[in-house]
Amino acid sequence: MNTKKRRRLYFAAALVVAGGVLAVAIVYQLGNNVLYFYSPSDVVQKHVEPGVAFRIGGLVEKASVRHGASADVHFVVTDGARSVPVEFAGVLPALFREGQGVVATGALNPTGTFQATEVLAKHDEKYMPPELVAALKRQGRWKEGE
Amino acid sequence: MLGELGQLALCFALGLSLVMAVSGLLGARADAPNSILARSIASASTMGMMVFVVLAFGVLLAGFVTSDFSIAVVANNSHTLKPMIYKITGVWGNHEGSMLLWVLVLSLYAGAVAAMGRGGARLTSAALGVQGLLAVAFILFILFTSNPFLRLDPAPFEGAGLNPLLQDPGLAVHPPMLYAGYVGLSASFSYAAAALIVGEAGWARAARPFMLIAWIALTCGIALGSWWAYYELGWGGFWFWDPVENASLMPWLIATALLHSALATEKSGAFRTWTLLLAIGGFSLSLIGTFLVRSGVLSSVHAFASDPTRGFFIMVLIFCAIGGALGLFAWRAPTLQGGATFDTVSRESVLLLNNVFLVGACAAVFVGTLYPLGLDALTGQKISVGPPYYALTFAPIFFALLLLVPFGPQLGWRRGDVKAAFRALVPALGLGGIAALVVLAMVSPRTLTGVMAFAVAGWLIGASILDFFKRKGARASAFAAALAHAGLGVTLMGVAGTTMWRSEALDVVGPGETMTVGPYTLRFDGVAQVRGPNFQATQAQLALMDGGRVVTVLRPEKRVYPAEGQEVADTAIRTTVLRDLYLALGDDRGNGRWTVRAYVSPLAPFIWLGALVMAAGGLLSLWGRLRLKFTAPSPATQPAE
Repeated sequence: MNTKKRRRLYFAAALVVAGGVLAVAIVYQLGNNVLYFYSPSDVVQKHVEPGVAFRIGGLVEKASVRHGASADVHFVVTDGARSVPVEFAGVLPALFREGQGVVATGALNPTGTFQATEVLAKHDEKYMPPELVAALKRQGRWKEGE
Repeated sequence: MLGELGQLALCFALGLSLVMAVSGLLGARADAPNSILARSIASASTMGMMVFVVLAFGVLLAGFVTSDFSIAVVANNSHTLKPMIYKITGVWGNHEGSMLLWVLVLSLYAGAVAAMGRGGARLTSAALGVQGLLAVAFILFILFTSNPFLRLDPAPFEGAGLNPLLQDPGLAVHPPMLYAGYVGLSASFSYAAAALIVGEAGWARAARPFMLIAWIALTCGIALGSWWAYYELGWGGFWFWDPVENASLMPWLIATALLHSALATEKSGAFRTWTLLLAIGGFSLSLIGTFLVRSGVLSSVHAFASDPTRGFFIMVLIFCAIGGALGLFAWRAPTLQGGATFDTVSRESVLLLNNVFLVGACAAVFVGTLYPLGLDALTGQKISVGPPYYALTFAPIFFALLLLVPFGPQLGWRRGDVKAAFRALVPALGLGGIAALVVLAMVSPRTLTGVMAFAVAGWLIGASILDFFKRKGARASAFAAALAHAGLGVTLMGVAGTTMWRSEALDVVGPGETMTVGPYTLRFDGVAQVRGPNFQATQAQLALMDGGRVVTVLRPEKRVYPAEGQEVADTAIRTTVLRDLYLALGDDRGNGRWTVRAYVSPLAPFIWLGALVMAAGGLLSLWGRLRLKFTAPSPATQPAE
């Protein structure tokens, strides 16, 4: 094998190795970095551990929104069957309303309160996130055209 | 009346695109009186199709401008009190209208392909045939599942209005720009398919202007979308790895790879089949993006309405387009002459690595975007993939790519001298080092990633300056790559600045109270009620203080749109050269106290400035290409490259 061919071979081998490393990295990171979507019932039934990040979706329970001394907000997310208290230090989205749908990202703290890092409400009046619709349907809380 | 006219125009366009498809493909055969006739028919029907689609779009536009609520789409998405600009942009602020815009852009590209006739008669004819097939499919999609001309009888007196988030100047231009990019890749796709049909290798040169236009438009469209998300959503971020954002990023990554690979194909004959595959892949990702965005499988502001038949139709369409193109590729690609040889150290090698990294980055985004959908379809498990995944996969791959960029222009085609390239790049290395030292001296915390990002940005910009001086006196288009690569460096600085060193404050303030964020002190001066054309706003006043002096007053708002019954926050941003001060008004906490969120984002404007510089590089190259057309012999008469 002459030098030119050998260099070519190394080059091709390097490409294959790079591709392999890339594929492994993608799969590995994917396994570590997905966020599951749970309804309040899922949270209770699946015994989600404190500190594990996930997304919670449901309706904001009526008359549950309470502002703390600083910029923190407390409310309760419910799917009709179960409910989970949520604490959030931030600005709620403009379409956040009691009795309406909400999706929050965060993790449970040891006392069972969901510490949200991000709260999303609907983008407009007509639209609900599909995961939320599915979660509410499972509890029989979803009416078409709602 | 107007509605029927639009519908009729669309039906004519459908008929003509059928003619276009058949005659275009017939005209792809070798020269004979029949095929020459077919070519003129293909060309004429393309122009006719374009005229009718423009007419249909014009009709819908007229419906929105005159608030003709007998057309259902207008009644559902417009309102008489809306400012004129948002009546116009309302045309594509809904599913039906945006699909019509899609077909409009497709027809304009087809018209340009026919008018310019680049790459010879056979290639053009075949390309028109493929564009015709795409037009048939998408016009059928519109007529059967998303007809924008459906009537409402009786017509309502007032419309339902447009989502206020979409009533914004940045978003007025974002969709047409993005579509010009998405659908622009259809021209490269058609040329690639045509090259496979005809067996012609010179297609890359013919399709180059279309690749460039598509890439420029995608770059601007993505930048506009990200800028909109930054100032409109009130979260201070510029990129959220939202599936819809990813849907536009993937075609951009592949289009970038295509631009580089096609250059090698054109200049040295390397990567012939690979370039074809990229052209097919780029448009396929555009189609997948359209599916993701338009079928309602994703939760986002882009999901106007979910209708399973639409998703199914687009899925079948994607399957046929991608499957057909790949089938054609498998069947015909082996008949094209093999690629040229090049040395391990050469510009081709660097371009190959460029392609490996770009496709790898795209693969990472693809998996992160589609894995949750696949898992949901298979197991019903709802998950989402967040920014940490992309930070650990996409970011390092792209970082490696950026390290490599300066070598490309320094190495010669076929055979390069790596030592000479290194020597030539020493000043760029120096600039990178200086950038790193400056950052180390100026910022805290001193994060390694941040310092590395600035070193790489200096390296990129330094190399571009060197490249610029090396080519001094050459045609303007010779500086295109230097400009585009420098733009990458500028964007990188903006991204690193905002993600590494952003300060944030969230306070509840009453009148006369102050809050601090980063180096700034703000005094809250209460709120006032302000009326807009179709909204009512609560406007806060915050004075930016310097000692006892008021430097400027910022006014973030919360707007209520009565017609739509919605509330939207409107941020206030003060841009200075080196940082953005960003304010969003939160909730009313009673007794005149309000929640205010403030960010200081160092170098934030650089993110979009860099994208503009990149696009300018693309424009320079495009300008050179179009000028060349009139001075060089036509590609058809040139010897095979």
